[in-house]
Amino acid sequence: MEQAHHGAGGGGPKQRSVEIGTALLTLLFGLIVLYGSYIVGFGWGADGPQAGFFPFYVGLIICVCSLINFVHGMREDPQPLFAEWSQLGQVLRVLIPACIYVALVPFLGIYFPSVALILGFMMWIGKYKLPLSLAVAVGVPVFFYMTLERWFLIPLPKGPIEAMLGL
Amino acid sequence: MLENFTYLYHGFGIASDPFNILLMAIGILLGVIIGVLPGLGGANGVAILLPLTFSMSPTSAIILLTCIYWGALFGGAITSVLFNIPGEPWSVATTFDGHPMARSGRAGEALTAAFTSSFIGAFFAVVMITLIAPLVAQFALQFGPAEKFAVYFLAFASFVGMSKEPPAKTIVSMMIGFALAAVGLDMVTGQLRLTFGVTELLNGFDFLIAVIGLFGIGEILLTMEEGLEFRGKAAKIDPKVVWKTWKTLPKYWATSLRSIVIGCWMGITPAGATPASFMAYGIAKRVSKNGKNFGNGEIEGVVAPETAAHAAGTAAMLPMLALGVPGSPTAAVLLGGLLIWGLQPGPMLFVEQAEFVWGLIASMYLGNIVGLILVLTTVPLFASILRIPFSIIAPVILVICAIGAYTVNNNVFDVLMMMVFGVLGYLLKKTNYPLAPLVLAIVLGDSAEEAFRQSLLGSAGSISVFWSNPLVSSIMGLGLLAGLWPLIGMLFNKLRASPQPA
Amino acid sequence: MKHFQALGLGAITALGMTALSMLPASAAWQPTKPVEFIVPAGTGGGADQMARTLQGIIAKHSLMSTQLVVINKSGGAGGEGFLDVKSNKGNPHKIVISLSNLFTTPLATGIPFNWKDLTPVAMLALDEFVLWVNAQSPYKTAQEYEAAIKAAPDGTFKMGGTGSKQEDQIITVAVEKALGKKMTYIPYKGGGEVAVQLVGGHINSSVNNPIEAVSQWRGDKLRPLCVFDSKPLPYTDKILGDQSWSSVPTCISAGLNVEYLMLRGVFMPPGVTDEQVAYFVDLFKKVRETPEWKQLMKDGAFNPTFMSGDEFKTWLDGAEKTHKGLMQEAGFIAGN
Repeated sequence: MEQAHHGAGGGGPKQRSVEIGTALLTLLFGLIVLYGSYIVGFGWGADGPQAGFFPFYVGLIICVCSLINFVHGMREDPQPLFAEWSQLGQVLRVLIPACIYVALVPFLGIYFPSVALILGFMMWIGKYKLPLSLAVAVGVPVFFYMTLERWFLIPLPKGPIEAMLGL
Repeated sequence: MLENFTYLYHGFGIASDPFNILLMAIGILLGVIIGVLPGLGGANGVAILLPLTFSMSPTSAIILLTCIYWGALFGGAITSVLFNIPGEPWSVATTFDGHPMARSGRAGEALTAAFTSSFIGAFFAVVMITLIAPLVAQFALQFGPAEKFAVYFLAFASFVGMSKEPPAKTIVSMMIGFALAAVGLDMVTGQLRLTFGVTELLNGFDFLIAVIGLFGIGEILLTMEEGLEFRGKAAKIDPKVVWKTWKTLPKYWATSLRSIVIGCWMGITPAGATPASFMAYGIAKRVSKNGKNFGNGEIEGVVAPETAAHAAGTAAMLPMLALGVPGSPTAAVLLGGLLIWGLQPGPMLFVEQAEFVWGLIASMYLGNIVGLILVLTTVPLFASILRIPFSIIAPVILVICAIGAYTVNNNVFDVLMMMVFGVLGYLLKKTNYPLAPLVLAIVLGDSAEEAFRQSLLGSAGSISVFWSNPLVSSIMGLGLLAGLWPLIGMLFNKLRASPQPA
Repeated sequence: MKHFQALGLGAITALGMTALSMLPASAAWQPTKPVEFIVPAGTGGGADQMARTLQGIIAKHSLMSTQLVVINKSGGAGGEGFLDVKSNKGNPHKIVISLSNLFTTPLATGIPFNWKDLTPVAMLALDEFVLWVNAQSPYKTAQEYEAAIKAAPDGTFKMGGTGSKQEDQIITVAVEKALGKKMTYIPYKGGGEVAVQLVGGHINSSVNNPIEAVSQWRGDKLRPLCVFDSKPLPYTDKILGDQSWSSVPTCISAGLNVEYLMLRGVFMPPGVTDEQVAYFVDLFKKVRETPEWKQLMKDGAFNPTFMSGDEFKTWLDGAEKTHKGLMQEAGFIAGN
């Protein structure tokens, strides 16, 4: 895209390193599962398997297969890119606001972060003008407030601002 | 038998009352809305509106509620096709080919195929209920824990072993699903496991949270990487798309028929619509001559799971009415409703409340027809959503995903988990780990393990329980056959290839 | 003329009096937004059905000025729901319906809560438990079934129930103790499923609540042997042939000395005011007067005992001790 200052067609993380990283991640997950099953007992009790029996073998299989994937990853061609830095930059441009958004929801409720997310995204990435952005940003949460809270009686998370408004 | 038709005819009289037809239309529309919002499933919709129906007659009320259920079944396909976000567990298999179709500008076709297949599946299931209800109820009673496990085994076996990804990655993906499904309370021992004292993990990992993250958020991240556009944007909106798609559908009669049989069978055995849709997709992929192209936007890949899911969803009503055991969460809430109206589902319902039962069955026929007409008219509308620029639709989808994730369990923690699954989905997809086995394992892992351990409790730890009677052995046999099918196919090909290399 | 005035005065005084008498009522606490009704169990179960019936009754008779919204939080055998209420200190717009997992879940899983962390509002009813067998089985009375269990080796007879280390398994263990024989307990997800498994012959008996199995009894698929209460049920409506709930003997009279009733009660978060509790006590008193509630009590053969205030707290104290004792005996207390 236009924001390619990290070098067009240039560098980026290698597919090989990401494959290896993913294999290590699943290995870690497998180990956590093994540990968790160990705590609750993974034997075969008097009347069938204990609580940790299945998770234990599931964890074991994850670890073994992760190692296989790790070895495969090591052998892979070191040349191909996972993605270019510019592409990853694009991904981060949606990922970072999204992460901030979900981080705010527990504290501010879902409505105001939603307004901010849509407004920011449309103006920053979409380069839309304020009136249209504002209309969408306010319209969508209001729509959900009306349908979910009023109509279907499903309360969504609310924060101090809603409490002040008495909603 | 003949008596039943008299009742049914009378039932049509009740169901085609203008007020009831109006209720059907309202119910279907509400249901579609509920189906479109992820997290707000048919069960929620029915539960929320249940108290409002206490002032109606039981027949009108159940017509309204079941139509919400049909509507939600129809609606679940919409987000699956358009945004890769399955609104309901049984819509997951629809995303595999439905979303690729939408991305290549064929959203209208995919939606038409999905809706029409749903209708056909549901319709044949109702015919089955009409004709052989008592017999079928008897069959459902045969299913103890061992038989249930055999059915889950069959569902897994017919779905795995068909992906083109490296086997070790497929296995890791599926096992991660099993591990996530195991988190929370272990039903058999009443112990908590894998929660590490974190209260947020008490509930385990809900399938919908994982799916909204892996598929929905993951898809947005992938689209960003590829440069801001949903490729469906260029698609022309053609009002005649429904008619054009219909002309191609009869070709897939064999797939539809197979899916109907799978769906009806899975719906009656309390396994339900989700394994039915996965199984139908898996088998269609193997049997179809277009099988290799499945996953890239093959219309048959939409027909197979949708037909099966709806046949199963409809057939699941039968055990509820005849046995009082709900085949799905929605059915469970409906069951509660029946009790409140003083109707006792169970063996006597067909005898004591024949008018109600046949009115309901008649409303299934009419409700599905009304539903099909309503949803088909919305196809061009929904297809045109993809023309909205990505930078507007993306944050809106994010908000919808967050709301959907929250409403599943009314838990803010789930919204965070959804984001984690989103990043994971992007990473796994980029590194060629298949996501479908992971999702299948989360959905069925818990139930399969539960059935397995219940069987062993009953047999005092003896594995032979899975071969103890003709029913369970034949299902297990089918499962083994399905699991080994790729190997058999390979052998077969080799044998054929050696005499005449072609 | 004088009379007239007196009459007028009287009317004015009367009006004033009514206004006065209305004042305290309107000044009392009232919910100002929808009240969340937490169900610490899944959709479709006994507690969920009762909560949704309450919601329906309250909406139909407009007993509340705002709406009542049912929310299921079933994670960790209901622990999730109770923790949510516990953490909402002082929030009067949240109530929770309880079942026996109020006592059993913290003991069996170690999830940190106790009924004393919540504010007890009222006991709505007590749910009965009945010993059921398949109608095809040869056991016509509880005595015959007991004799069969005693005659067979340990673990021959399979008892199905809802969940693990919860009420159904507690009763099973008590039955085992009373008979001196082990049974095989198989846990299922819901009561309806247990009843159907019994009809299908996959288990030998169950301890289903009346409402979960009554339709199978009407269809002559299941047979009730005895009720785990100190006295027979009062409901005399015919169910199958000339049998009614009242014709089911107590298990104690059949030589099976086990008694168990399950609480269906309502609680609020900690730290709410007495006025707020009084509002809900009053609300549920009104609910009890409705025909729909009476019908539910009859359909489900409930024990319609109502309690609130200190009486309820004393009952809870006793029930907690009983559960602790039963769970300890059965070895169900979480180890860590």
